[in-house]
Amino acid sequence: MNPEIIRSLQELLPQIQGYIYPNEIEIHWGLLIVVYPYITGVVAGAFILASLVKVFNVKEVQPLYRLSLLTALAYLLVAPMALVSHLGHPGRFYEILLTPQTSSAMAMFGFVYAWYLMAVLLLEIWFVHRTDMIDMAENSTGATRLLYRALSLFSKDKGERAVAFDHKALKVITIVGIPSAFLLHGYVGFIFGSIKANPWWSSVLIPIVFLFSAIVSGIALVVLLYMIITPLTGGKINMKCVDKAVDFLFYAVIVDFSLEMVDFIHRVYQSEEEIKILSEMVMSKLFLSLIIVQVLLGMLVPLLLISLTKIFKKRFSLNEDMRKMVYFISVILIQFGIFATRWNVVIGGQMFSKSFRGLTTYKMEFGGIEGLLYAIVLLALPIAILFVLMKVLPPWKELREEGETGTEALGGAGM
Amino acid sequence: MNGRRSFLRGFFAVLLSGGAIEGVMKLFPSKALAKETARTGKWYGYGVSVDKCIGCARCMDACKNENNVPKEPFFVRTWVERYITRKNGQTTVKAIAPGDEATPEAASDRTILRSFFVPKLCNQCANPPCVQVCPVGATFQTGDGVVLVNEKTCIGCRYCIQACPYGARYLHPKTHTADKCTFCYHRISQGQLPACVEVCPTQARIFGDLNAAASPMSRFLRMNKIHTLKPGLNTEPKAFYANLDGEVR
Repeated sequence: MNPEIIRSLQELLPQIQGYIYPNEIEIHWGLLIVVYPYITGVVAGAFILASLVKVFNVKEVQPLYRLSLLTALAYLLVAPMALVSHLGHPGRFYEILLTPQTSSAMAMFGFVYAWYLMAVLLLEIWFVHRTDMIDMAENSTGATRLLYRALSLFSKDKGERAVAFDHKALKVITIVGIPSAFLLHGYVGFIFGSIKANPWWSSVLIPIVFLFSAIVSGIALVVLLYMIITPLTGGKINMKCVDKAVDFLFYAVIVDFSLEMVDFIHRVYQSEEEIKILSEMVMSKLFLSLIIVQVLLGMLVPLLLISLTKIFKKRFSLNEDMRKMVYFISVILIQFGIFATRWNVVIGGQMFSKSFRGLTTYKMEFGGIEGLLYAIVLLALPIAILFVLMKVLPPWKELREEGETGTEALGGAGM
Repeated sequence: MNGRRSFLRGFFAVLLSGGAIEGVMKLFPSKALAKETARTGKWYGYGVSVDKCIGCARCMDACKNENNVPKEPFFVRTWVERYITRKNGQTTVKAIAPGDEATPEAASDRTILRSFFVPKLCNQCANPPCVQVCPVGATFQTGDGVVLVNEKTCIGCRYCIQACPYGARYLHPKTHTADKCTFCYHRISQGQLPACVEVCPTQARIFGDLNAAASPMSRFLRMNKIHTLKPGLNTEPKAFYANLDGEVR
């Protein structure tokens, strides 16, 4: 018997309110499962941002194009780690690919993931960087040369027709990619939304809310990364680009917020048997994470801040530094807000008993596989991967496209 | 041109006929759409006579001993709830623990309107959400209607625990796989009764083949007004309750 589990469950006993079923004391999907939809959300959102450039021809956000693709890839590589680590038998994870049960939404994970990774992201990134990789192979020697030659799959054709084909392929991939990104995160929402046993999750709106919150988190994160990376590498932030990206972010937050409000009002108005216990949970256990962090700090404050920049930009030509600061604060707040959204869905959904008579509680561990430390590692890992990816496939040319003099050389120097 | 036209004609003919509809319907789990069809062979069910349960918790003890369920109270295959409804309309519930004395306060406490015990266990749904969601098919339904877990292939994702509306599942702390009541499948396949049924001193727990017209189980269904838990979820439970109070969920 695992005495640690028993001890931690024993500690929870005094905090239980009302009556819960005896098997419900333990919260089964913990912090790692909070991290998982957060990460896939960033993937989907970052890809949607990239597709603004390729499909919808939003020229202003061009500087973010490669950065968003690499961000999406970095986060996608970490996504399965959160899931596999959480399993009772991580060593059996491959069963989900070998003997998937077709009636299970979760069984689709491997296929959706593989499709998105192979057929969308890797392919798009390869086509985007193909000619660059050929150039880099030509301009380097030894192992680096071999690496780039291998990465470019030994293609050497930089002719007009080949480049034209690259462009055509990119367009097709992105068009296939948008529904795929929707599929990736929509199905994560579906896993929750389809559990009829749990009224906090069971809603057809959940996959759609997941999608829009994904778009919000992805755009916000790429803007945040851009605003941090560009000055660090000696570039100048292109405000036209940030303004435009924040515009899209603003609309996405409004749609996301409206959807969540519709869901909320719908529940309260229908007022089914679980409403008492759910409102008790929201007002006690989730008050801080839902009302304060998710709604107030994560949505309303950023919406207000960005609206102010819109008003003042027109009337008093708000200076750039001020706007930068407001955007910076907003995108950080939005990240916390979206993480809180994931927390409230996943943990909130397990805090009330299916007897609708009581609430249990979640005690976060620090160490261990389900602990805070590991979750932080998983959240930091994509940034580390992104750093490596940016070294191998530099997005600098695009990031500083607005012609900041003297930065090209630095970019070429292997940043 | 003619070839294409005849192809299209044929194509739409197939679409309009039942063939295409049947194909589309095959995409859905058939049990979710259709009511259970009549079965032949054994089809096990479980009966609980709420009025007969005295809350002695012997069933819980018997189950833990029979099935290697951890002794701690956080892991149970079957449990007994005690309901106390007071005259002011308030109901309190708690799960009784083995060793608890069945407190007779109901007789002396004048504020109590009614008090009763409700045994709970896996409802062995005919349309089980846990089987539907299991990504690897480790949770499955046998031909005689019992839902079991294959602990050799369960990956411990706990999706089934989330999907069970009855709180009947837990993750076994030793095997790290999902676990729940099996109707004592090792016993019933030998013609014996589940441990909890055998040990119940008041015969509040009844077990048997729902298809056998003369079994105690069929008699139980015939002689009582029967309810199931959370019928609105379309899980079609095979744990049938007689004299169930509306408070019980």
